[in-house]
Amino acid sequence: MIDSLLHPLGFAFFQKGLLVAGLSGALLGLIGVYITLRGMSYIGHGLSHAIFGGFAASQLISAAHYVWGAGIWGIGSALAITSVTRRRRIGADAAIGVITTASFALGVALLSHFGSRGPSFDSALFGSILGISTGQIAGLVAVCALTAVFVFLRHRALLFATFDPDVADVSGVPVARTDAALMVILSLGILATLTVIGVTLVAAMLVIPAVVARMLTHSFARMLWLSTVLGAACGLVGMYASYYAEVPSGTMIVLTGAALFVTALAVTGGRGLRRTAELRA
Amino acid sequence: MRANASVPLIRLSGVTISYDRAPVLSDVTIDVTERSFTGVVGPSGAGKTTLLRAMLGTVKPASGRVTRTGDLAVSYVPQLETVNWNFPVTVAECVLMGRTTGRTLPWASRAEKAEVHGILDRLGIAELASRHIRELSGGQQQRMFLARALVRRPHLVLLDEPTSGVDVSTRHEVLHLLADLHADGIGIVLTTHDLNGMAAHLPHLICINQRIVAAGTPAEVITSTVLEKTFGARLEVLQHLGMPVVVDDHVLIPRSALVTDGRHDLEAIPPNGRAAAAGTVRVAS
Repeated sequence: MIDSLLHPLGFAFFQKGLLVAGLSGALLGLIGVYITLRGMSYIGHGLSHAIFGGFAASQLISAAHYVWGAGIWGIGSALAITSVTRRRRIGADAAIGVITTASFALGVALLSHFGSRGPSFDSALFGSILGISTGQIAGLVAVCALTAVFVFLRHRALLFATFDPDVADVSGVPVARTDAALMVILSLGILATLTVIGVTLVAAMLVIPAVVARMLTHSFARMLWLSTVLGAACGLVGMYASYYAEVPSGTMIVLTGAALFVTALAVTGGRGLRRTAELRA
Repeated sequence: MRANASVPLIRLSGVTISYDRAPVLSDVTIDVTERSFTGVVGPSGAGKTTLLRAMLGTVKPASGRVTRTGDLAVSYVPQLETVNWNFPVTVAECVLMGRTTGRTLPWASRAEKAEVHGILDRLGIAELASRHIRELSGGQQQRMFLARALVRRPHLVLLDEPTSGVDVSTRHEVLHLLADLHADGIGIVLTTHDLNGMAAHLPHLICINQRIVAAGTPAEVITSTVLEKTFGARLEVLQHLGMPVVVDDHVLIPRSALVTDGRHDLEAIPPNGRAAAAGTVRVAS
């Protein structure tokens, strides 16, 4: 058992992968608390697809700097969704459906026609640790640090704006600015974890740790750290599973999360499910 | 309390508000002072919540002006029905939300904890501080939101339907609590569609139905003529223990469905458990 755990650590790529998977899981777990409690799970799903469009388009211009292009594209999409949703002219789901699926379709069209000059099509969709560069690791660490500082310094505003945005607004909380900042953090989080988890699976890691944490606690503060720890654990366990099963890392990380959800469901039963009843898509 | 409590905290002058060009409020002029203890009465869709939002400054008037004093601290208590009661927060965490501005660190300071405890104690729910919000009764939930409003040390508290969805005794409790806060120098404006409950507790009522129909004491406002203009239905007004009591001519409920405490007016309990628009009803023989 110990040998099985230690053996893969002899490989440099696995050490890097383990670090990145753990950080990715923790990052998405932390952001996921706000995303699920605000009923924005679908935004996380849509945004990852929108960023894929930016990823495909920007690597045609510069293979070396595609991350910047994808980041700007993702943040632009996130702010567009927030803006459209706040005006309440059309529903959030409709806005996400139009903006993000069109962006994803554009990405697929560009990659199909011109091919990929950066990470492969499959690794972008399902995640792969093999191509992770030191720069990407540094980027992920920077996004994790930025997110932690943001959540720490804006904890009160985030909590109030998530629980009761209307009352928060009239109580002096800059709700619109807080929402926009959260969307930027979400975009950066998805971008930083894209190569590990993959476009199609990022949304699952935004949702699963937060939902499991909600099943286990009634306290917001406890839910925050619990979701972060569970996300990191899914990342670490999923990496080992990926190594031994020889399947993409994102797939195994998400399957680990799903197993965690089933376990939590078995332990908490209906009580846990009732707690998640009002976590909207 | 401020130096001059009769100076308007909020003044609405000829305010008209429209959503998608459909007017919701027309030509409304109101002064709200620290001495205000006012109930805004009207049917569903009359513009009661919009009036509160205009006072809060969250909706812009199509015409007219809303002016507020510069240092005004105003707190808002939402309808209980609009809240996600499954949200993972305790009572103390919820009350502390009223202190979001001013301190950056996520955890409460010792002074904040003491203040939250003091307010919860005053409202009689200090022992519930660590409970999840879903575990509270309707009256306790209303008190919790009042505590969140008070922790901001407001000059004025605006409440949207604070007596909606609660039982008769809770309604009386909430209104007594608001009277105590008013006696401490806090202005109170609340909306309701519950006429009889307000007549017994509030010194000033405003009847609206997209525009102000009447404003004054309950005795001045609760008349058949005013109520017909406000609610669009004929309502009979009787005098009971010196107070006007509204009788809905169109509702007949069997005597077995009525309850009374022997001192106050009869109250109907409809099948859905909510208070009727006009609380007292005729008794079918």
